[in-house]
Amino acid sequence: MSAALIVESLNVSFTQRRGSIEAVRQVSLEVAPGECLALVGESGSGKTQLFQAAMGLLPKNASTDGRVIFQGVELLGADDATLNRVRGSKLAMVFQDPMMSLTPHLRIGTQLAEVLVQHAGLSWRDAWRSAGSMLERMRIAEPQLRLRQYPHELSGGMRQRVMIGMSLLCEPSLVIADEPTASLDVTVQGQIMELLRAMRREFDMSLVLISHDLAVVAGFADRILVMYAGRIVENAAAVELLGHPRHPYTAELIRCIPRITGPLPGRMATLAGQPPRPQDPQPGCAFAPRCPRAAPHCRVERPPLRALGSGAVACHFPLDP
Amino acid sequence: MRSVARLAAMVRYFLTRLATAIPTLFIIVTITFFVMRAAPGGPFDQEQALPPEILANLQNAYGQNLPVWRQYVRYLSSLAHGDFGPSFKYKDFTVTELIGQGLPVTLKLGSIAIVLALLLGIPLGALAAVRQNSVLDYTAMSLAVLGIAIPSFVVLPVLALLFGIYLHWLPVAGWEPGSVRHLVLPIAALTLPPLAYIARLTRGSMLEVLHSQFIRTARAKGLPLRTVILRHAMRPALMPVASYLVPAVAAIMTGSLVVESIAGLPGIGRYLVQGAVNRDYTLVLGMVIIYSALLIGMGLLVDLLYAWLDPRVRSQR
Amino acid sequence: MSALVQDAVARFLANRGAVAALLVAVLIVALSIAGPWFNPNGYDTLDWLHTAARPGLPQAHWFGTDRLGRDLFVRTLQGTRVSLTIGLVASAVSVLIGVGYGAIAGYVGGRTDHIMMRIIEILSGLPLIFFIIFVTVFFGRNVFLLFVSIGAVAWLTMARIVRGQTMSIRRQEFVEAAVACGATPARIIMRHVIPNLIGTVVVYATLSVPQIILFESFLSFLGLGIQEPSVSLGTLVADGAGELEAAPWIILIPGTFLALLLLCLNICGDGLRDALDVRQG
Repeated sequence: MSAALIVESLNVSFTQRRGSIEAVRQVSLEVAPGECLALVGESGSGKTQLFQAAMGLLPKNASTDGRVIFQGVELLGADDATLNRVRGSKLAMVFQDPMMSLTPHLRIGTQLAEVLVQHAGLSWRDAWRSAGSMLERMRIAEPQLRLRQYPHELSGGMRQRVMIGMSLLCEPSLVIADEPTASLDVTVQGQIMELLRAMRREFDMSLVLISHDLAVVAGFADRILVMYAGRIVENAAAVELLGHPRHPYTAELIRCIPRITGPLPGRMATLAGQPPRPQDPQPGCAFAPRCPRAAPHCRVERPPLRALGSGAVACHFPLDP
Repeated sequence: MRSVARLAAMVRYFLTRLATAIPTLFIIVTITFFVMRAAPGGPFDQEQALPPEILANLQNAYGQNLPVWRQYVRYLSSLAHGDFGPSFKYKDFTVTELIGQGLPVTLKLGSIAIVLALLLGIPLGALAAVRQNSVLDYTAMSLAVLGIAIPSFVVLPVLALLFGIYLHWLPVAGWEPGSVRHLVLPIAALTLPPLAYIARLTRGSMLEVLHSQFIRTARAKGLPLRTVILRHAMRPALMPVASYLVPAVAAIMTGSLVVESIAGLPGIGRYLVQGAVNRDYTLVLGMVIIYSALLIGMGLLVDLLYAWLDPRVRSQR
Repeated sequence: MSALVQDAVARFLANRGAVAALLVAVLIVALSIAGPWFNPNGYDTLDWLHTAARPGLPQAHWFGTDRLGRDLFVRTLQGTRVSLTIGLVASAVSVLIGVGYGAIAGYVGGRTDHIMMRIIEILSGLPLIFFIIFVTVFFGRNVFLLFVSIGAVAWLTMARIVRGQTMSIRRQEFVEAAVACGATPARIIMRHVIPNLIGTVVVYATLSVPQIILFESFLSFLGLGIQEPSVSLGTLVADGAGELEAAPWIILIPGTFLALLLLCLNICGDGLRDALDVRQG
């Protein structure tokens, strides 16, 4: 079966008073049906803007270039009617910070039911009932009560479950989860990730996990993409990437994950320096200033994304397996 | 169960607001009383000197001979009975009668003005926000600046000049009971400033709301733009407009002073102005109290409106 | 500091509407100051030969005359001067009071702030314009009272905004540092809070000038503000309102001046606000 989502040479830039900022540069990727893909990167790496572009959610000062194809439909630059057919039904997105992402003055039930009313043509009463069943599937207690409540009356974990349930109402083929656990307590994080895993199985759908935290996606994804400064720097099957990272940045990320087993380190591992600001594009490899393996050549020529093993790496001197 | 609790919260909220409103009215009434007493040259100190017996009679009738606190109590009780005393200038009428005659006219003018301002201003502002930087946006906002800056006592004569004298479409001034044509220009002049302000306010607030994360979620759910705006964006966007309602009504009230005077409409605005010019103390007093009461009542209504617009307010106190 | 100022100036200049408005406002001010020199008529000399004359060249009645034969060119410019003066002076006074009050409330915080804000809330809730009319009726009309009543209304908004700004400045770290170094509150207010307030204060001071002029014109129009023989744009408009049909220029000319002045001042104020990127506390 063909890929659920194809992104080809996507560029996203924002025009501001002082010039334009390139957030996403020449990114290409594919999400296979049923696959769980993780996209990892620091803030400013462009990982969120990438999928906002796919969903047509960029602000007005954004300009895009390239192609995004979902189930054969060209999404980039499509009109609202085309986008609205796909968004919320077959292609859904779960946002971080559910307190800010849910409409404060509407009841939970309304916000859930309207998806079904819009896409499945249900009556409000039927949609409300289906919303209640979804809340049950999301392991939310007292679903009928919660339906009538407002977002501020629920706990953070419950709100995120509502967001996830909201995305699943129309049985989407692909769900994009942007930092789904970022604003939650650690104990709740695990529950939410488990819920996502269970739902993926039940609904048989593709899942894209966007995160700044490699550790969160480690036990989860089939395939991991690492982004740095708007570009993909490594793309590999999860097991391979975690065991044998090829790009120095990936290796550093893995090194920085605090370990619960083994001897206590003297200091916590960190990555020196900062990622480059999107306003200052560098010649050569964007990671070179922070790379322990950087050579003079790295600062001159930007390494292209080259196939290597089961995936690809953008590095002049990739690590050996 | 929960809805009873919520209703109780609303009632409690309303009562707290009422509890602040009543003292305010009380303060106003008290201040007006003392200002009136402190005025240089009592209310009887007019251009023509009155013969002493008549002066004494009048003073008795108006209770001027009683000690201060007794006058105050008497004043309060007559107010409570809706008696504002006789007009000093219109000797045949009591202030209450004049209020009775004028209030309906002013209320009609004012309520039409505020309703029109909302009905026209909100959609205009919302549209301008959705079509930001379009021709519609620039035109609407330019007109809005005009509406806000130019005072109604300039607008009305200009409108009267244009539509009344040059085009002969509408009467220049005057009033006949039941006539609609005579009200068009005054209402237009009254409506323009708040309409302009509301349009601008709505536009600015809508622009902000449209950048919210929950609007992004609504769009991501594939909802059509109209639904996103009307169901998700409108209510939060209207919060500043709700805040503005009380100043808007105050502006319309002050505008009515001028508009009624110029157009010759027999509302309490015109009476107030004439009373001010003629130094008709009781009349001015009565009018001020009525206007204050109206504003305070408006404030209470707006508080209720807040609670509806933002459910989070209901849960607090 | 000066880089910020340069940035703001650049942004203001890029706003063509605001620049145009500024130019027109300056033009009006210049005209109101210099104009009467070029015209031989006095502002209350009665020219019985040319009553209600149309604008034209005879007797240098360039804007025409009113019902009593008084030259409108000179009167309009005189009225503009008076209105501008009141606007600027009252604005300055309200700025001083408002900034002082707001800065103290915002800085000290706690109960003092609470009480001070309550007072403002109550005062804002009262329909002050009516009070002023009321007071004017009882205490007679003099210029001093006019200034006092205008000032009494105008400082409220400024105080509120300044308080909000002060509170957010207060929370910032460099203020904590100053307190930790033992600086006295007065010194902190003078050295840290006020310089950061300048942007906001400038914007709202600029915006309050047209509001005050509007208010004064309103009172004068009703006959409760500036009194004969002084002239203000408000009184001129009132004079002209009665002659609408016969001699429309009597109201149109001062009305246009007033409208233009208010319009340009408002646009400038908005432009300043955008340029300095000021947001409400």
